[in-house]
Amino acid sequence: MADFRARVAALLAGLGLIALCATAATAQAQSYEQALEGFAADSFSATDAAIAGVAGSGHPLAAKVIGAIEDGRLLFDPEDRKVYLREPSGALVDAATGKAAAGETPPGLKPVRLNNRLRRSIEAALGALTLLAPDPAKRFEAAQAVFKSRDANALPALDAALAKETDARVKQALLEARAAVVVMQSAASEADKLQAIATIRERSDQEARAFLGSLPAADLQPGLRRAVSDAITAIDAHLERWRQVQNLWYGISLGSVLLLAAIGLAITFGVMGVINMAHGEMVMLGAYTTFVVQEVIRTTAPGIFDYSLAIAIPSAFLVAGFVGIAIERGVIRFLYGRPLETLLATWGISLVLQQAVRTGFGPSNVEVGNPSFMSGVSSLGGLAITWNRLWIVVFAGIVFAALLAVLRYTTLGLHMRAVTQNRSMASSMAINTGRIDALTFGLGSGIAGLAGVALSQIDNVSPNLGQGYIIDSFLVVVFGGVGNLWGTLVGALTLGVANKLLEPFAGAVLGKIALLVLVILFIQKRPRGLFALEGRAVEA
Amino acid sequence: MTRMFLRPAAAAALLLLAVVPLAGQARAQETIKVGILHSLSGTMAISETTLKDVMLMLIEDQNKKGGLLGKKLEAVVVDPASNWPLFAEKARELISKNKVAAVFGCWTSVSRKSVLPVFKELNSVLFYPVQYEGEESERNVFYTGAAPNQQAIPAVDYLEKEEKVVRWVLAGTDYVYPRTTNKILEAYLKAKGVKAEDIMINYTPFGHSDWQTIVADIKRFGSQGKRTAIVSTINGDANVPFYKELGNQGVKAKDIPSVAFSVGEEELAGIDTKPLVGHLAAWNYFQSVDTPVNKAFIARWKAFIKSDKRVTNDPMEAHVIGFAMWVEAVKKAGTTDPDKVIDAIVGIKVPNLTGGMSEMLPNHHITKPVLIGEVRADGQFDVVWKTPGLVPGDAWSKQLESSRDLIADWVTLKCGNYNTKTSKCGS
Repeated sequence: MADFRARVAALLAGLGLIALCATAATAQAQSYEQALEGFAADSFSATDAAIAGVAGSGHPLAAKVIGAIEDGRLLFDPEDRKVYLREPSGALVDAATGKAAAGETPPGLKPVRLNNRLRRSIEAALGALTLLAPDPAKRFEAAQAVFKSRDANALPALDAALAKETDARVKQALLEARAAVVVMQSAASEADKLQAIATIRERSDQEARAFLGSLPAADLQPGLRRAVSDAITAIDAHLERWRQVQNLWYGISLGSVLLLAAIGLAITFGVMGVINMAHGEMVMLGAYTTFVVQEVIRTTAPGIFDYSLAIAIPSAFLVAGFVGIAIERGVIRFLYGRPLETLLATWGISLVLQQAVRTGFGPSNVEVGNPSFMSGVSSLGGLAITWNRLWIVVFAGIVFAALLAVLRYTTLGLHMRAVTQNRSMASSMAINTGRIDALTFGLGSGIAGLAGVALSQIDNVSPNLGQGYIIDSFLVVVFGGVGNLWGTLVGALTLGVANKLLEPFAGAVLGKIALLVLVILFIQKRPRGLFALEGRAVEA
Repeated sequence: MTRMFLRPAAAAALLLLAVVPLAGQARAQETIKVGILHSLSGTMAISETTLKDVMLMLIEDQNKKGGLLGKKLEAVVVDPASNWPLFAEKARELISKNKVAAVFGCWTSVSRKSVLPVFKELNSVLFYPVQYEGEESERNVFYTGAAPNQQAIPAVDYLEKEEKVVRWVLAGTDYVYPRTTNKILEAYLKAKGVKAEDIMINYTPFGHSDWQTIVADIKRFGSQGKRTAIVSTINGDANVPFYKELGNQGVKAKDIPSVAFSVGEEELAGIDTKPLVGHLAAWNYFQSVDTPVNKAFIARWKAFIKSDKRVTNDPMEAHVIGFAMWVEAVKKAGTTDPDKVIDAIVGIKVPNLTGGMSEMLPNHHITKPVLIGEVRADGQFDVVWKTPGLVPGDAWSKQLESSRDLIADWVTLKCGNYNTKTSKCGS
């Protein structure tokens, strides 16, 4: 008896399920309000269904609701299962009606949760919904999203958008998106598909490569299959050419980082002959100065955050410079002419500085933000250039030029050169050599501080920051030729480019080893580096 | 003048030196000493300092509850300074000189390997709180972090099932943990039918900071039309520039997700996480886990460390579990004698912070849940997947040829590497 009842219950449940499926299918786009309820279920699959439902409902609020999920602005009340939308201004809106939520904000509102699968669904849904957005950048993004999702339902929207589009860049993106949809459609004719593949081949970037690679080769007609494989070969060759250029750019970028890290050392070690193991810590101090400046700005004037680096650059120069002068006056001046003791003393100083920062700021990384103009990537042909790297290359160039100008055209530079070339003669010409030593060391340290500002944008800011760069810095200075700034420039760029050209073949670890071996061999052959100083100054 | 001053100072110093050991001896009879062996300076200080603090907190809390066996606990903190041989020296100092009852410490595998002979020779107990590559089980060591089958393998399963990933980038720092883990994962993936051309393995030096080429390579590898994911065993400081480069080059989690085994709340503290939203980490604990016991722990930690900004992470939970297990074992044995504690601790169950009961297994590993978390914009993780129950840790990986037949059992077999094929201890 009980068995029979259970069977009937199962049968009824089954029928109910079929009926439910049927209604869902007939009322193909379930109503917006119904779909909205799915967001309150707090399950990933229900949310996925809700996104599809809301997107397909054609409701005017659909794009707004779906767009809000990614920012965590779509909220639901677990109690009464109502869904709310928080406007960017902070106001709470009933997602079903679009009107301001009546009464008090319900307690316990939870944001709709996401995972990557849902993020892809959102991207696809938003793409189809925003093809006609007023902002061309938005339309471009939407076209890209449709290109990736290849959603056949987006075809009418694409055609409508294409008919209206005036912006050439967006139009091209729309054409490509349409091509991607057409290739996937079984109904489209072979000629249409061939045309579409040609459009995508024109695009010839990684996205296009990914799209063509994902086509199921076995299911295509022979003609199409050949067109696809031809297109893939062509795109691969195109990308490969750009890859060489890209590697060169990476090399220059790495070279500029090495240059920044080493150029201060080129002064303290190269010009003064002090083996300064605390050089890396000057870089670290510069990075921490950036952090402190940003913290102050965050708490007092968050509006000028984008200019934080402009304030950090002189501050870092001064902080590191003064610490450098203090080190020179306090320790190094007693040790001139005794390289081994200088090495040990400065190494000791580096440990002291590290631990001091660790005690002061804590051992963990501190967060240094990128100003908005230094985030993101822009592409130049097939070349992807990240803004922060580009700015660092520019910055390194400016620092190098400025340092060169100081040495050549200022009195301080003249005195520096005089003291390093012939100390006693300079002294007898009424140059205060002790003061010049301190200033030279301060200048070298200050420039290391500037490097710290730049490195804080790409590396982590922790007490160990400097250690990662000290070996490379010495390598650059010794390789480039001690006492020659141009040598440091050429040395840094050569090492950077060589490293990046070796890396694809040998891997990061072996590449670095190979480079070290090459430099050692080179130093055997030319002990004074690339640009050796000649004449009497060398022996002085 | 200086001389005159120096002399009394020296005398006072001498006096102090003489008195300190005496005081130490007097106290030794009424306290139980607990050794804390974590680097407080050098490269590993970034991770290990927090573990020292959490141990001090646990010991303080235990003392508030009346101590252990009627005695107060006393923490002995030493600093091995991220220097592997110094770990062994400091371990010896803790055990022979300070006579600690147990040691909680180490982070890197190489530091653990360096102290192993000391713990064996002097017969003491070490609690090791960090996820590691497995392939080890020692009588004197209790592994409260995750073994590969409690972290790496479930993470790969998740990516395959939920994200439909078919192409894999195994990126790691060049040392023993990533190498072994990647070897295990490679064998596991190949056994599942993944082709060699769909696996890219990449190693980088410690502290690698220029990720441009590698991220570009990953992008290229991921643009072949098959869903690709990064499995990252990149360690320590190298993670920040890696994630920054991913963010800068526009590698979004929805296109190429990455799952990390060494990145937790503490590591994310130094990064702007907004571009990283959706990238994954696999751990056995996240600060965001919503259980009453975890909430209490976080509140207590913030009060103890006197900062609202400090986060909690997985190795901290491992110390919480390990310390609770040790306390229970000492109570059960009625003594802190290492031999008795080692026998007593197996089978002990204590609550973990995610709402389950973790148990010490005969192979000296513990049972833990496996959680997959997604990075949120606030630097915390959102748990998107969880194993239905607790996963027992495997000391020896079944995926590797060399350890397939090995098991560890310190209760019945009294062996850490028993070969089930040849029925011999010692492989």
